[in-house]
Amino acid sequence: MTWAEKFNALQTIVIKEYLRFIRIWIQTVLPPAITTALYFVIFGNLIGSQIGDINGHRYMDYIVPGLILMAVITNSYGNVVSSFYSAKFQKSIEELLVSPTPNYLVLIGYVAGGVARGIIVGIVVTLVAMYFSDIHIHSYAISLLVFVLTATLFSIAGLINAIYANSFDDISIVPTFVLTPLTYLGGIFYSIDMLPDFWQSVSLANPILYMISSFRYGMIGSSDTDLSTAIIIIIGFTVLLFTYAMRLLNRGVGIKQ
Amino acid sequence: MHALEISNLQKTYKNGTQALKGVDLTVEEGDFFALLGSNGAGKSTTIGIISGLVNKSSGKVSIFGFDYDTHQAQAKSCIGLVPQEFNFNQFERVIEILVNQAGYYGIARKLAYQRAETYLKQLELWDKRNVMARELSGGMKRRLMIARALVHHPKLLILDEPTAGVDIEIRRSMWDFLSTINQQGTTIILTTHYLEEAESLCKNIAIIDHGCTIEHTSMKKLLSQLNTETFILYLQSPLTNTNFLLNDELSYFDIQVIDENTLEISLHEKSQLNSLFKLLTENDINISSMRNKTNRLEQLFMCLVEKNRNNSDLIETLQQTSHADNLSG
Repeated sequence: MTWAEKFNALQTIVIKEYLRFIRIWIQTVLPPAITTALYFVIFGNLIGSQIGDINGHRYMDYIVPGLILMAVITNSYGNVVSSFYSAKFQKSIEELLVSPTPNYLVLIGYVAGGVARGIIVGIVVTLVAMYFSDIHIHSYAISLLVFVLTATLFSIAGLINAIYANSFDDISIVPTFVLTPLTYLGGIFYSIDMLPDFWQSVSLANPILYMISSFRYGMIGSSDTDLSTAIIIIIGFTVLLFTYAMRLLNRGVGIKQ
Repeated sequence: MHALEISNLQKTYKNGTQALKGVDLTVEEGDFFALLGSNGAGKSTTIGIISGLVNKSSGKVSIFGFDYDTHQAQAKSCIGLVPQEFNFNQFERVIEILVNQAGYYGIARKLAYQRAETYLKQLELWDKRNVMARELSGGMKRRLMIARALVHHPKLLILDEPTAGVDIEIRRSMWDFLSTINQQGTTIILTTHYLEEAESLCKNIAIIDHGCTIEHTSMKKLLSQLNTETFILYLQSPLTNTNFLLNDELSYFDIQVIDENTLEISLHEKSQLNSLFKLLTENDINISSMRNKTNRLEQLFMCLVEKNRNNSDLIETLQQTSHADNLSG
């Protein structure tokens, strides 16, 4: 395939993926906005007003970055895992497998769809957050970088989950039993400084902590971890998962007999 | 040039099933080729490997000179596949399915829409272009898969039982359409269980059984192997007696009385239908209509498959005997 043909193939996958979730925006974009609004009302206003400042920030402002990133993580992951598994289930993935589209474009296309949903949901949640809080963004560049990298990382993870999934149950196991606990324990609602030493050390093994922490730094200038370490960890995981996903696609695991 | 060249293709699935034991196949450019075999013979596995849906265990596949192992993208660009099962997104609109498929082959969206329009019109689906695929009837879904397979103008079209479950009217219109695109230069490989379909459309044929090619020749040559044909004759008036069977000349034909209005006659290739009719007429037996008892290709197919299985059983028995001898010796 020439570069122009490759571009056309990638464009096709991205448009298809974008239209897939945007057509059903009531199921894909609206729920995170409502859920986040409830978090702000309950944790931010009702309970948060009883909690003092954390690292010099109002509790409401402190939890905003974590809630935005949580929505990005769950939506980018959920988008790719459900889309790719549905394609496997309906066998429409064969349309791509018989075509000359290289596997790396298939991966980039699906991930781009996940990132697009992550970004749109992230923007919607940020708009909701701005209604409840008074945030002045500390660094647009860092916020955007962490935002996009996190969406990319979890989109790839979603694709790997879909490759291994053999039933619709399999696509909800990882989000329920791995992703949600790690996200909640990744410091959305608290600073790890508030934890005993042992649990602080345990928390540092959670990669999602670095994402939330660095995103919080970008948004409000407060972080539990070193920024450069966090960025290296996120990029490292992204490269690792990308390489692994490519290996699975090239070997045809879960998609070829 | 060979449109497709396969040598010693083997496939063993993870569960140990050896689906292909060494398939060899050559399809010439411009051919309309029938790939036949019973269920589980290895046809779909062969097609899966050619189209990139199944990983081969060993062997060589080359499409229009492009080796599948070294030039996979070029090889895939030459192929259009109509699979046995519906494999499109049921929740996509008909036109989107075609445009997306064209896109995967690197075709720009504007051109993809033009191509989609052309093929949807040719296959009488244009009115349904904005309908969700799941809302189409079975016949329409089959035609949609043909349109999708053609949207990137493949040089080799592979159809895996394209007319399965389709009514006779649509089937015949599909035959006409396929004949036309074959005449326009597209090489076609067809697998089907309707052997009259293969006989009327295809020029060359291969039969696969138990993962091996057991016949690979032209349709004409294969049909010439048939030395006996059986006809069913429908009589104008009921038989009053069967004395005519005692006639010396008629005894050369193998005649069975099915009922008072029907005869079954087996005819050797050297016998003439004219002489049979003459003799029947002389015996006051008038024929109103006749038909082949079974399709000619079907008859041959059954013979070849049965012969292959008997040979396989014989080889297996000999191997077991020799193994037993070795153990006892």
